Amino acid sequence: MSTIGLVLRASARDLARNRWLIAYAAGFWAVTEALFYFGGSGPQVILSLLNAVLFVVPLVALVFGTAHVHASREFIEMLLSQPLSRRSVFAGLYLGLALPLTAAFLLGAGVPLLLHGAAADAPRLALVLLATGGALLTLTFAALAMVIALATDDRLRGMMLALGAWFVLTLAYDGAVLVLVSAMGDWPLERPLLALMLLNPVDVARVLVLTALDASALLGYTGALFRRVFGSALGPAVAVAALSAWAAIPVLVARRRFLRRDF
Amino acid sequence: MVTEVRARLRRASRLLAGGLAAVVGGAVSGTAGGAQDLVVGAGARFATLGAAVAAATPGATIRVTPGRYAEPTVVVRVPRLTIIGEDWPRFDGEGAHEILVIRADSVTVRGLEFANTGISQMEDRSALRVTESVGCVLADNRFRDALFAIYLERSTGCLVRGNDIRGTGGVETRNGNGVHLWYSPYNRVEDNQVRGQRDGIYFEFSRGAVASGNLSEGNRRYGLHFMFSDSCRYERNTFRDNGAGVAVMYSKVITMEENAFLGADGSTGYGLLLKDITDGSISRNRFEENSTGLFLEGASRLDIRDNDFRRNGWAVRLMADAEDSRFRGNLFAGNAFDVSTNSRTLRSDFEGNWWDAYRGYDLDRDGTGDVPFRPVRLFALVVEKHPEALLLLRSPITSVLDAAERVFPVLTPALADPRPLMRAPR
Repeated sequence: MSTIGLVLRASARDLARNRWLIAYAAGFWAVTEALFYFGGSGPQVILSLLNAVLFVVPLVALVFGTAHVHASREFIEMLLSQPLSRRSVFAGLYLGLALPLTAAFLLGAGVPLLLHGAAADAPRLALVLLATGGALLTLTFAALAMVIALATDDRLRGMMLALGAWFVLTLAYDGAVLVLVSAMGDWPLERPLLALMLLNPVDVARVLVLTALDASALLGYTGALFRRVFGSALGPAVAVAALSAWAAIPVLVARRRFLRRDF
Repeated sequence: MVTEVRARLRRASRLLAGGLAAVVGGAVSGTAGGAQDLVVGAGARFATLGAAVAAATPGATIRVTPGRYAEPTVVVRVPRLTIIGEDWPRFDGEGAHEILVIRADSVTVRGLEFANTGISQMEDRSALRVTESVGCVLADNRFRDALFAIYLERSTGCLVRGNDIRGTGGVETRNGNGVHLWYSPYNRVEDNQVRGQRDGIYFEFSRGAVASGNLSEGNRRYGLHFMFSDSCRYERNTFRDNGAGVAVMYSKVITMEENAFLGADGSTGYGLLLKDITDGSISRNRFEENSTGLFLEGASRLDIRDNDFRRNGWAVRLMADAEDSRFRGNLFAGNAFDVSTNSRTLRSDFEGNWWDAYRGYDLDRDGTGDVPFRPVRLFALVVEKHPEALLLLRSPITSVLDAAERVFPVLTPALADPRPLMRAPR
């Protein structure tokens, strides 16, 4: 435990002094403030923020995380030469990356949301779900970043992989789904589509916010399954569970790699 | 039939005044001028309402003391009768029959509670039925678990006001309407509350009706339903959480003002559903949190002005056969889709509305944007064709699609608001 704390503290202190991380938090703050200042109606602000979260959070977590792990290579090797368990070192490293990132997101987006959200005529639930979704996305993509960084020795290669993963998960995946829908429109796609949404953390986070923001539209679809999923608390519950699973699985993969890897 | 209705109308105009006077007068117990004053109740002269009605002469007042009454259907054939309940005496249909039938002109029924007519698949069983009468006043009554609560057939010049109707909430096939007008022109339905019926209020073949200030909530099918009823108006009503808020079908010149259409969600959830409607006006209404706010099919020459559409799935859905409607000064905010359609050629006209999705500018400072706004998104067309794609709502890929469409507008209809407002009008 103390090892985890030690590594975490060292890593977090390193990150807290990191200009990029501070810029990330400040940037989110500025964007959120600006949206509330210029944005007009509450739902519209949440919508713009949703887009920002879906685009920026995965990008920053992936790029920043990959770069950070690569940069910490010597630190990791130094730690591993000490009589410390690999498990604790890994836990410290992951939390030392994920927690400051999450904190930066919550500070940058969450605080102005709390400050203005009370005044805006926006659905409260949507604000809460947006913050939850953003935080879980950060945890997920920080873990994915570790997987990528631990799988590559070459920094450039790692960065390309990170950017590729970001592009696929935020844009290409949905594009492929859209093509699938238009190509297979005559088949019953309700169930496969819901499953496909669960397989992409960015989609899960988006649908999670939709359950609060666009319930009227989602319930307008002719389909008993949609009605059951989005007409009750089942939808948000499943989405949060899926996002949590998404945050957990890459951590386990990264941990396994870390334990077996020859540094 | 036509001449008969006309004669009735003439009488109605004379008698409506009398009916209203009876309302006012009825509030004062024991009318003046030696008119008959009959009392119904345990220990009173008449044990049942039926006995009192049998003994009544035209213009009599019957007062019903508190209690529970279960008696065969009472039929009123005496004109100008006033029946007043004290503290809502409860008339129970015992699950088997209608409770009160009025077959005389200018009858007033006030302050009674009607309960438990039971369900019939053979007849439109109603707690309070008015047949071929003129100038009735049905006010401040309560209805509990009736198949149909108030049923007017071939009656005119009546006032239905301040009644509190709670149905069984049963499914459509085992449920009736709250206030039902059939071949009954020129009646007023005001300030009633209807919950848990099939349709809250239903006008069929009933022209010139006015519905105002009603609350219609949690009804299975429609909050308010028009069929073949021309020249009606409804205003200041609230329709909340009904299967669909209001359905106006096969009618002309309907005026719809200052109503609130709220929370009709589901695949058939329409705030306001228009089917084969011409020459109506829809102004200053609120449409909020419906799956579809305003649905137009075969609706033409409508004037749609100064309405607020907020947080609906689809604010407006225009089917291809909806023509020549004018949208002016409406507000669109927080809707998943502002306008959707199933056609590439649309013949409706949008101008001077406010759209929260508008991103244009106003260099000449005249309060309207210099770039037209196209409210039909490409993604809306995709969803119209492939409803499952709805799951990709708000996905960045749809923004990419819409951006591409803005640059090369080839697929979306030419529909545009040439002068979108820069500031929200309300």
